[in-house]
Amino acid sequence: MITGPALLLALLEGSVGAAVLALTALGLSLVFGVMRVINIAHGEFVMLGAVVAWWCSADLLGAHPLLGFLVALAVAPLIVGAIALAADWLVLRRISYDPERTIVATMGLLYIIQQGVLMSYGPDARPLDPPIYFRVQFPGFGYSGYKLIVAGLALLLLAATWLLLARTRIGLYMRATRLDSETAQAFGVPVKRVYAIVFALGAMLAALSGVLIAPIRGAHYLMGADPLLLSFIVVIVGGLGNLRGTLLAAACIGIGEGMISVLFSPTLSKIIATLLVAAVLVVRPGGLARGATP
Amino acid sequence: MLELRKITGAYGPVKAVDEVSLSVAAGEILGLMGRNGAGKTTLLKTIMGLVPKRTGSLLLEGEELIGLPAHAIPRRGIAYVPQGRRLFSELTVAENLRMGLLVKDAPQAEAERVLDLFPILRERLSQAAGTLSGGEQQMVAVARALCAQPKVLLLDEPSEGLIPAVTHRILDTVAALRERGVAILLVEQQVKSALRICDRIALIENGTIQHEAPARDLAADPVPLERYIGVHR
Ligand SMILES: Nc1ncnc2c1ncn2[C@@H]1O[C@H](COP(=O)(O)OP(=O)(O)OP(=O)(O)O)[C@@H](O)[C@H]1O
Ligand SMILES: [Mg+2]
Repeated sequence: MITGPALLLALLEGSVGAAVLALTALGLSLVFGVMRVINIAHGEFVMLGAVVAWWCSADLLGAHPLLGFLVALAVAPLIVGAIALAADWLVLRRISYDPERTIVATMGLLYIIQQGVLMSYGPDARPLDPPIYFRVQFPGFGYSGYKLIVAGLALLLLAATWLLLARTRIGLYMRATRLDSETAQAFGVPVKRVYAIVFALGAMLAALSGVLIAPIRGAHYLMGADPLLLSFIVVIVGGLGNLRGTLLAAACIGIGEGMISVLFSPTLSKIIATLLVAAVLVVRPGGLARGATP
Repeated sequence: MLELRKITGAYGPVKAVDEVSLSVAAGEILGLMGRNGAGKTTLLKTIMGLVPKRTGSLLLEGEELIGLPAHAIPRRGIAYVPQGRRLFSELTVAENLRMGLLVKDAPQAEAERVLDLFPILRERLSQAAGTLSGGEQQMVAVARALCAQPKVLLLDEPSEGLIPAVTHRILDTVAALRERGVAILLVEQQVKSALRICDRIALIENGTIQHEAPARDLAADPVPLERYIGVHR
């Protein structure tokens, strides 16, 4: 029997998951939409974000966990963005962003990052202290205040990314490049530089979601698989490269996934999400949402 | 203004444009005509740096442009109206024009000046460009290029797929740019329109220029037109 409080709890869990998932998937969707690159290593950027968060919390020993968390929020996207820039320059640019070869290349990147973390950080899953600890009382249960803050921060970052895309010159260049890269060049857009920036931005969004979930899920060198799978599902269901669709799909799948996990089982939620993709691909191959972006 | 010396452009091993030499002066309209697949679009793309392999010499007011990356060329003063319009279809009309303005960081006032040429577009500014009619889209394509404040304007079949009345309007607007000293290279398939607005016409076949003459002469003696584009009278 599912009670009211249980339902509310499930809805909360789902919403927090959805907000973080939207952040991760937005990065993947941007990279695919603008560059036509399917970034298999996207989940590793999430993992790197979590590992940096662990390092900050552990190495700023004695300091308040909140300080480590804030430092991680600033440092993780910088480190991971720099890694992405290097990968773009060393690998993707050299294979001319060819859609097929970049799949293999980013798969290679996935293993390099994973093994690099395994060798330096080790095989253990390490928990982090939540940066702030308080509970918010709901009818029938108390809920982690940190998780609510996570959802708020994720929404804030989504809004910031949206503003970047809709209001700035580089955002306009990204959208124009996505629609027609050759014509964009004919209007002075340095397309390769836009690609590099988009790849870094996608990685930074992933890293930020990694920092946000680290205090909830801990940090582990294999933790990138889950966000990668879910982001792919979201990006496919939302319509490849369609940012509005991505956000919509992240909301539906994130909330659905969270609710089913809480009320039934996490495995069941993954099964249902995967079946949903198959169904969407059959019924609406273009994705659920259609039309204008950003 | 713009001078091409033995310009060659190739996608792979095949040269779609082969040692073309042409020049366009300020305030002049040079027409480029030829059959389908003759290499007209490739020639314009080669000028814009959008063709992978290009050799020869391309001088804009005496400055060499070959060797510059494609994105640096518009800023030097060459604007492009591609075949098939190629608007950023999901962006609004205003954003499409902004793409033109950003080439030289021109102020919004420049867009207003351009919009005076196509006042209908004022009502469409916040609409996605892909939702406009064919004629309006072509106007946006020309307006977007003009927002880049070009010294040289390349137009690839702006009348393709439009009804004569609309074609007329657009070509008249283009012809009026002569007064501003813009050098214009116009690909135009309709002989009548081309003879009406061009000063000179170059005929291209298999990537090479076969014949070049003042439009007046071609109107008087259409033999070369018949030969290279197969018009009958
Ligand atoms: N992207 C490309 N890759 C390889 N070959 C191409 C490419 N684009 C055009 N070509 C070839 O180059 C030649 C010239 O084509 P181009 O498009 O320049 O002709 P066009 O004169 O503009 O024709 P149309 O009147 O149909 O527009 C053709 O043989 C065409 O097949
Ligand atoms: Mg053509």
